Amino acid sequence: MGTSRRRIVFLLLAVFAVYPFIVSNYFVDVGFYFGVYALLGLSLNIVLGEVGLFDLGHAGFYAIGAYVTAILNTKLGIPILVLLPVSALAAALFAYIVCSPIIHLRGDYLCIVTIGLGEIVRLALINNPFDLTGGPNGVFGLDYPTFGGPFVIDTSMEFYFLIWIMVALSIVGLIRLQESRIGRAWNCIREDEIAAGANGINVRYYKLLAFVLGAALAGVAGNIYASKLMCVSPESFTFWESCLLFCIVLIGGMGSIPGVLIGAAFISLFPEIFRPFAMYRMLVFGMVMILMMMYRPGGVWPRKRGGIEFGSILSPTRKAHE
Amino acid sequence: MGVVFEQLINGLTIGSFYGLIALGYSMVYGVLKLINFAHGDMFALGSYVGYTVLVFGSALLASHFGLWGGMIVVMIIAAICLAVVGIVVERAAYRPIYPAGRLPAVVSALGASIVLQNLIMIFWGPRYQAYPAAMIPNVHLHIWGIHITLLQVVILLLSFLLMTILYWIIQRTTFGAAIRASALDRDTAALMGINFNKVIFFIFTLGPALGAMTGVMVGMYYRQISFTMGWNYGLKAFTATILGGIGNLPGAMFGGLILGVLEMFGAAYISAAWKDVFVFLILILVLIFRPTGLFGEKIAEKV
Repeated sequence: MGTSRRRIVFLLLAVFAVYPFIVSNYFVDVGFYFGVYALLGLSLNIVLGEVGLFDLGHAGFYAIGAYVTAILNTKLGIPILVLLPVSALAAALFAYIVCSPIIHLRGDYLCIVTIGLGEIVRLALINNPFDLTGGPNGVFGLDYPTFGGPFVIDTSMEFYFLIWIMVALSIVGLIRLQESRIGRAWNCIREDEIAAGANGINVRYYKLLAFVLGAALAGVAGNIYASKLMCVSPESFTFWESCLLFCIVLIGGMGSIPGVLIGAAFISLFPEIFRPFAMYRMLVFGMVMILMMMYRPGGVWPRKRGGIEFGSILSPTRKAHE
Repeated sequence: MGVVFEQLINGLTIGSFYGLIALGYSMVYGVLKLINFAHGDMFALGSYVGYTVLVFGSALLASHFGLWGGMIVVMIIAAICLAVVGIVVERAAYRPIYPAGRLPAVVSALGASIVLQNLIMIFWGPRYQAYPAAMIPNVHLHIWGIHITLLQVVILLLSFLLMTILYWIIQRTTFGAAIRASALDRDTAALMGINFNKVIFFIFTLGPALGAMTGVMVGMYYRQISFTMGWNYGLKAFTATILGGIGNLPGAMFGGLILGVLEMFGAAYISAAWKDVFVFLILILVLIFRPTGLFGEKIAEKV
C-alpha cells in the first residue's frame, strides 16, 4: 500500500470515527443503515463482483440471518452476539444446500432461480411455518447485543460502531481474499469460465464457496440489523431489496471494494438527502441510476489490477474477441 | 368435475395474462439479451391509461361502441399510448447504454422501472383504483353445471388472437424474419442489410402495446389495479418466459399458460398461501433438469 493510499485510508477512518459525535442521532442512524448496506454490498460483491454470478435473491440470505437471530433470541433467549456466528453459519448452510443443485446454471437462468429462491424464502416467512416466523407481522422483542456485565449496545452510536467495525473487519478480510489464490480463481472464472476449468480450477467448488461466503456475510448483516430494529418482518427482505443490492455492486464497479462503499452510500444516503422532494425522490433516484449507467457504465470506481481495468464482461470490445 | 374445469378456465385466464406480458420480455431478451425490468411497469401503466379512458370516456364509449366495443377501443387506446412510452423508454434509458454491455443495462432497466412506477404513483396516487363497474361486461354463463363469465371467454379468445397475430408476424412476414435474424446474430444480420434500429423500434412498440392490452384486461377481470402490480405480474411473467425457454415466443406463451394453471390448481388443491412458493419451486425444478426451459433449444457452449 502506497503512502498516499494509506493517508486516504486513515483520513476515511478518522471521518467515520468522528462522524457520529458531530451529527444528530437521526444521522447516526442513517450512518448505521449505510453500514448495513455496505456489509450487504460486500457480501453480494463476492458472488456478483468477484465471480460474476447473477444473484438477484441475496435478500433471502440476509433474511435467514435476521430470522435465525430473531427466533433463537426470542424463543430460547440466546444472546445476540452468540448468535452472530450462528446466523452466519445458518445462512451459509442454507446457501450451500439450495445452491448446490443450481450452481451449474449460467447467466440469466441462475439469475431467475435466485429470484425464485429469494421469493420462496420471503413467502415462507409470511406463511409462518411451524408458528416460528410470526407471519406478515414478523418477530418482535429481540434483546440488545451485550458483552455480559453492564455494557449493552443500545444507543444509535454504539450500533453505528458495531456495524462499521464489522464492515472494516470484512474489508480487511476481503482484500486479503482478493489477493489470494481463491480471489484469483474467482476472477478467472468471471472472465472466462471455460478457460478457468481448462486450467484446473474447480469451477463448481469456487462458485459454491463464493455463495457460501457471501451468504455468511449477509447473515451477519441480518443479525445486526435485527438486533438494532428489535424486530424482523418479511417486508424487509423483498425482491426489491435484492435489486438494490445488485445496484450497489454495479453502481460502484464490479469487484471493487471502494466501489461497494460508494454504491451503498448512494443507495442509503440519496433518499435521505432528497427527503424534501418527498414523492419525487424515488423518481429522481431512478433517473440518476439511468444517468450513472450512461456516463459510468463500469461503475463509479472500477477495480484495477496491475493497471488494467477489470471486468471485461463490461467492455464493449469483448464481442470483437469472441 | 365441473369445479376442476372452472379452475382450469381460471388458470388459463391468468395464464394468458402472464403469457401476453411474457411475450414482451421474450422479444426484448431475444434480440437485445436484456431483461427489460420496466416491462412490468409498462403493463401497469397501460392498465392505468385504460382506467382513465374508461372513467372519462364512459358516456361516449357506452353510447358509441357498447360495452364490448368499448373494451376493445380502450385496449387499442392504451396500446397506442404505451407503444409511444415504450419508444421513449428505449430512447432514454436503453439506447445510450447498449454499447456498454449487458450489466449496466440491467441497472438502467431497474432505474426505468422505478421511474415508471413512481410516475404512476404521482399521477394516479398510491391507493388502489377501481375500474368503473358500469363499464365492465358482466355476463355469467352456466354450461353443463360449469360457471364461468363471458369476460373470461372473451379474454381467452382475445389473447389467443393476439398471440396468433404476433406469431404470424414473427414467423411469416419478412419483417419477422429480420427480427429472428437479429436475435440469432445481430452483427451478421446487420451485414445482410437488416436495419437493427427498425427491429428495436418494432419490439419496443409491440411488446408494451401487448402489455397495455393485457393491463386493460387485468383491470376488467380483477376490477382493481395498483401502482405496484407491475412488479408482481412482471416477476411472474418473467418466470413464464424462462419456463418456456427465453427468447422463444410460443414457449413464453405456453410458459404463461402452464404457470397460470399451476398457480390456480396449487391454490385450489394444495394451499392458497403457498401457491407462489409452489410456482417458484416448479420453476427451479424445471431449470435444474431442463436448464434452457421447457421448450428451449440446446445451446452449445461457445469458447
